[in-house]
Amino acid sequence: MRNIVAIPLLALAVILQSAIVSQLTLLAGYADLILVLLAAWALQEGVTTAFHWAFLASIMVSFTSHLPWFIYFFSYAGTAFLALLLQRRVWETPLLAMFSVTFLGTLLMHLTTYAYLRLTGDPLPFGDSMGLITLPSLLLNMLLAIPLFGVMRDLARWVFPSMEEI
Amino acid sequence: MKDTFSRTLQTTVVFLVVGGILVLAFGGFFSSVSGRFTGGLVSVQEWFSTRFLAIQQFLAAPRDIVTLRARNAELEAQVSQLQSQVIDLQQRVTETEILSALVDFSRANPESSYKAASVIGRDPSPFLHYIIINRGSNDGILRGMPVVTNEGLVGRVDAVIADAARVQLVTDPASSVNVHLKNANTDAMLIGSVTGDVALDLISQDATVQPGDLILTSGLGGGFPADLIVGQVVNVRKLPAELFQQATVQPAVDFSRLQIVLVITNFRSVDIAPLIPTTTP
Repeated sequence: MRNIVAIPLLALAVILQSAIVSQLTLLAGYADLILVLLAAWALQEGVTTAFHWAFLASIMVSFTSHLPWFIYFFSYAGTAFLALLLQRRVWETPLLAMFSVTFLGTLLMHLTTYAYLRLTGDPLPFGDSMGLITLPSLLLNMLLAIPLFGVMRDLARWVFPSMEEI
Repeated sequence: MKDTFSRTLQTTVVFLVVGGILVLAFGGFFSSVSGRFTGGLVSVQEWFSTRFLAIQQFLAAPRDIVTLRARNAELEAQVSQLQSQVIDLQQRVTETEILSALVDFSRANPESSYKAASVIGRDPSPFLHYIIINRGSNDGILRGMPVVTNEGLVGRVDAVIADAARVQLVTDPASSVNVHLKNANTDAMLIGSVTGDVALDLISQDATVQPGDLILTSGLGGGFPADLIVGQVVNVRKLPAELFQQATVQPAVDFSRLQIVLVITNFRSVDIAPLIPTTTP
């Protein structure tokens, strides 16, 4: 039942992303708070609701974005899938897994967006998009990954208390 | 009886001698001797007094530090409160200046009616250049309405909900605006880019375009009203092998500092798509 915390948390993340994070630009890129938050959540031990969170986040973000919700869902769900995949393989080094998922998730998000915009007729030069948007965004997401991983670890302990704590 | 008398006499004599010495001393007859004596006394008293004051200060100091710390905390709280007031007032002054400029703009352009709106967010995707404003259909905002500031054209309303709207900026890669170059007296198309820069395309090869030329909306296509300021030409690229000239543009509006915008509410954009002829096989 404590999973319901996803609703206010993701709503707050969307508001922060739109109002603050989107204004803190590096070249033409900026961090994706929601993607990093989802990656950090999906990597926590015992989390089984990462795809639910991804769906909810994509619906919420599509209210503020011109991009359709399914682009966000594809990218967020893909990130959650990568997180679940990596969690089982590199479980001893969670921060390494966090960086890997953030890196791959950001690339997935940007490539999906790029492909969609090209298909709908937007003239986006690939070099400019990668150099001025994707690479700076990758760096900012990596910087955001460390604190968010800690926050989500504490949240996961609250949502899924261990048997000893019970 | 005799002993008692002699003792009284002795005491009287002693008192008289001491009194005499004191009278002589106060009269200044023993000044050199009494000076040394009183000087010694003063030095001893000064030494004791200094030590006593030091010890008193040492013992009383902790109470003073506690009082001073409490007072310091009070003053620091007051300072922080005043600082927040100053920040708040500075913000209000900035907003008032912006609103004043917008009011001047609306007075200078009375043919349009405006609705002021605050910018409350931006698109979460860095590939897109959209802003979110705090006015929606409840305030009479409709899709396609142009958005301006006192500096010039900002964009147009792309989507509307009850209390908010999303505005596509002219810097968006998918944005295209028909413009008119005033000095060159020719039309062109303003297009956005992923980096947020804007450029002119489709400038006739015959036109003489110079850096610094003013760019206004032309009103063609029905998307925007005519004669809204867009920016200035920075430099021109003219290649004989190409069909059109191109130019880079300095926008009139600083899109990174948008706070308050005006939506032109009495303008209805025209969808000319059905009028564009399509090729039939």
